[in-house]
Amino acid sequence: MNKLNSLLATTALAAMLASAAQAKTLVYCSEGSPEGFDPALYTSGTTFDASSKNIYNRLVEFNIGTTDTKPGLAESYEVSDDGLEYTFKLRPGVKFHTTEFFTPSRDLNADDVIFSFERQLKEENSFNKYVEGASWEYFNGMSMPDLLKGIEKVDDMTVKFILNRPEAPFIANMAMDFASIVSKEYADKLEADGNVSDLNQKPIGTGPFQFVAYQPDAVIRYKAHPDYWAGKEKIDDLVFAITTDASVRQQKLIAGECHVAPYPNPADLEALKSNDDIQLMQQEGLNVGYLAYNALVAPFDNAKVRKALNMAINKQAILDAVFQGSGEAAKNPIPPTMWSYNDAVEDDAYDPEAAKAMLEAEGVKDLSMKVWAMPVQRPYNPNARRMAEVIQEDFSKVGVDVEIVSYEWGEYLDKSKAKDRDGAVLLGWTGDNGDPDNFLAVLLGCDGVGGSNRAQWCNEEFEALIQKAKTVSNKEERTKLYEEAQVVFKREAPWATIAHSVVFMPMSKKVSGYVMDPLGGHWFTGVDIAE
Amino acid sequence: MLRFFLTRLGLLIPTFIGVSIVAFAFIRLLPGDPIMLLAGERGIDPARYAELQASLGFDKPLPIQYFNYLSDIVTGDFGTSIVTKRPVLDEFMTLFPATIELALCAIILATLVGIPAGVLAAVKRGTWLDQTVMGTALVGYSMPIFWWGLLLIIFFSGILQWTPVSGRISLVYFFPPVTGFMLIDSLLSGQSGAFRSALSHLVLPTIVLATIPLAVIARQTRSAMLEVLGEDYVRTARAKGLPPRRVIGLHALRNALIPVITTIGLQVGVLLAGAILTETIFSWPGIGKWMVDSVFKRDYSVVQGGLLLIAGVIMIVNLVVDLLYGLINPRIRH
Repeated sequence: MNKLNSLLATTALAAMLASAAQAKTLVYCSEGSPEGFDPALYTSGTTFDASSKNIYNRLVEFNIGTTDTKPGLAESYEVSDDGLEYTFKLRPGVKFHTTEFFTPSRDLNADDVIFSFERQLKEENSFNKYVEGASWEYFNGMSMPDLLKGIEKVDDMTVKFILNRPEAPFIANMAMDFASIVSKEYADKLEADGNVSDLNQKPIGTGPFQFVAYQPDAVIRYKAHPDYWAGKEKIDDLVFAITTDASVRQQKLIAGECHVAPYPNPADLEALKSNDDIQLMQQEGLNVGYLAYNALVAPFDNAKVRKALNMAINKQAILDAVFQGSGEAAKNPIPPTMWSYNDAVEDDAYDPEAAKAMLEAEGVKDLSMKVWAMPVQRPYNPNARRMAEVIQEDFSKVGVDVEIVSYEWGEYLDKSKAKDRDGAVLLGWTGDNGDPDNFLAVLLGCDGVGGSNRAQWCNEEFEALIQKAKTVSNKEERTKLYEEAQVVFKREAPWATIAHSVVFMPMSKKVSGYVMDPLGGHWFTGVDIAE
Repeated sequence: MLRFFLTRLGLLIPTFIGVSIVAFAFIRLLPGDPIMLLAGERGIDPARYAELQASLGFDKPLPIQYFNYLSDIVTGDFGTSIVTKRPVLDEFMTLFPATIELALCAIILATLVGIPAGVLAAVKRGTWLDQTVMGTALVGYSMPIFWWGLLLIIFFSGILQWTPVSGRISLVYFFPPVTGFMLIDSLLSGQSGAFRSALSHLVLPTIVLATIPLAVIARQTRSAMLEVLGEDYVRTARAKGLPPRRVIGLHALRNALIPVITTIGLQVGVLLAGAILTETIFSWPGIGKWMVDSVFKRDYSVVQGGLLLIAGVIMIVNLVVDLLYGLINPRIRH
C-alpha cells in the first residue's frame, strides 16, 4: 500500500512537473547542507541562506546591498523617548505559506511575533526545548535575555518590546536571522499532532519562497510564495544543489548545471573572469582581520610601541601572499561597507626605519614577542600561519624577534582571552547585524576585556563614545560618535588592522537582479533568469 | 556450519564493544570542544557554557558518559547530533543508501574488470600486456583520489560534456525516495529519462571509487593465478588435452578466486574510506562526507554513532565473506 501511495504521489508530481515545464527555475550551487530550517536554532550562514533568507521575514529587514534596515513585517515602529520601549505596528494581510503539509487559516498577527521570541526567551514555553540541544545561540549571543524585560501584545496587530536599558542596535538585531517570525498556528498544530520537530524540518514562513522538499546533503527545493506580501517573485522555482567542493561548483557553473555558485577558489578567479557566459560580482565582506596586542602587558601598554609595530607591517605583502587578490587593506576596525566608516582616518604608513627609530625612542631594545596564528581558515584570514610569517619577517627588520605559536581552534579562542596572555593574537570578526556597535563595543569595549576584547584595551575616551552611541537612537548622531571613536582607535593602536576580505560571486550571465549582501547572506528576491 | 556461524556471531559482541570504546575515546582525544567550536569567535560566557555542558551530559565523568552512551545504544538510541539536532540513526539511514549504491557499483566494476585483467596478466606473464596491466594497476593504486576525480570531471564533464559534473540525478527529476537507491527509485518513478540520468550520474564516481579496489583485485588475481597455474593439477589438465580456456577458466581460476574473494571482502572497508573523498568531490549525499563534517565540528554523537554503525556494516560484510569462503573452499568448510 505504501509503495502504491508513493507511486501515485510520484505520478502526481510528474504531472505537476510537466505542467511546470515552462516555469523559471534558478539553481544555486550552495556550499553546504543546512543544519535545519529553524534559523533561531543555528548560527551558520549556510543554514540562514537555506532558511531565514528565503523562507522567513522579520519585523524589520536589511535593505539588501546595505547594512541599513527597512520595514519588514512591521510596517512602522516607534521608540519611546527613554529608548526603553519599541512598539511595532504589523503589516496587515501577510499570508503564511500554504503547502502540502499546512494550510494557514489566518494572516500574520501579534501572536506569531510573540511566540517567535518567547520560545527563545522563556523556558516554560513548550517550544523552548522542542529539539534536543536547542540552545538559541544567537538570541543568547546577542544578550537578548538580559536586554528584554518583556514582550506585550497591545492589540492583534501591535507588539511592544520593553527593554531593560536603552540599546540603539536593537532595531538591527530585529533584522537578524534569529528574529525570523514563525507561525504560531503551525506550531500549535504540530504540537497537537506530536510532530514538533517538523518546525525545524518542514518550515512555514511568510517569506518570498516556500519550502517544497529537502534531500539531505543533495537538494533543497523551494517555489515562489504566490501570495507574498511584497509581490510574487519573478522566478517560479528555486533549487539549492548542495556542492561542497569549490572546484566542482565552478565546473557545474561552467557546464550550466547551476546559475549561481558562491565562494570560488581565489586561484580560479581569472578563468571565471575570462569566461563569456559568466559574470563575476564582488564586494568587500563585512569583516576585519587584525593583530591584537595585549595592552595590559609591557611594553605593549605603550601606545607608541604599538603604533611603531603597526608601521613595521607591510600590508601589501600580506594582501599579495595571503589574500591573493581577495582582500583589501584595513585602516579602521570596521569595514568600509558599514555605515559610520570613517574614510578620513589615515592609515599608518609602512615605514620600517621610522618604526625602528620610534621603538628606540621608547627605550624598547631586543624585544622578543609571540604572534599567535589561528589554526583555521576564515574569510578575514585565509592563512594565518602565512600571515604570521610575513609579520615575523617585517618585525625582524625593526629588531623585534617573533616566535609564532598556535593552538587547536577552541583552545586558541579560549586562551587568547586571558588578561596576562603572552603575545599578540591574529584574529578577526564578521559582523552580525551591520551595526558598528557589533564591532566596536564587542571587540574593543571595556566589558570585553578578558573576553572578546583580545587587545585587553580599555580606553576611557573611546568607551565614553561607544557607550553614548548605544543610547542615542538618532543615526546621524550615532554616526558622528562612531567616526570619532575610530579616530581614537587609530591614535591608540590597540590592533594592527590588517585586511577586509573581498567576496566574489560568480553567476551565469542569464541571471539578473542579484544584489550582493555585505552581511554575507544570499538572497533571491528580485532575481530573474533569462530563458 | 551453524556452529561456525554462531561462534563468529558471538565474536561480534566483544568486537562491537571494543569499537564503541574506540569511537567514544577517539573523538574525545582530539583537542577541541564542540560547544567552543559552535560559539566560534563570538565566544560564550562561562555560565552558559556550563549550562550547555550539562544539557549535553558532558559534565559527568567519562566512564558514566560512556555507560550512558552504551545503554542508549542497546535500546537502539544512537544519540542526537549536536550540530543538526537530528537523531543520528535517522541521518545515517537517510544517507547510507547513497553510499551503498555507489560502493556496490564500484565493487562490481572493480571485480568485473579487475579479475579478467589479472587473469590476462597472469596468462600472458612477462609480455607487454602483463606489464601494461600491472603498470596501470600500480598507477591506479597510487592515484590520489581527489586529484583523479577532479581530472575526470574537468575532462569528461567540462571539456567533452559526456557526463554530469556532480549529484545523483538531474534536478529536472523530482520524486520522493522510496528505497533510497536512486537507480531503483528512478525506475519506480516512471519518469522517462530518470533512470538514464541516475545512471549517467553514477559513471564518474563509480570509476573514481573503483580505481583502488580494481588495482588491488587485478594484482591479487594475477599473483593467485600465477601460483595456481604452476600447480600439478593444472599441468595434468593441460596434458590430458583440455582446451586452454577450460583449464584457465575452470581449473585454475576457481582455485585462484579463494584469496581474491577475501581481498574483495576486505575492500569494503577501503571503499567506505574512499567514499569519504569521492562523495566530497561528486557532492554525493552519503555517509562519508557526513562523517568528515562531523569530525571537524566535533559532533561527538555523530562521530561515535557513525563509526559504530559503519563498523557494524563492515563486520557483517566480513562475516558473510567468511561464510562464502567456506562455501567456495570445501577444505575449510566448518
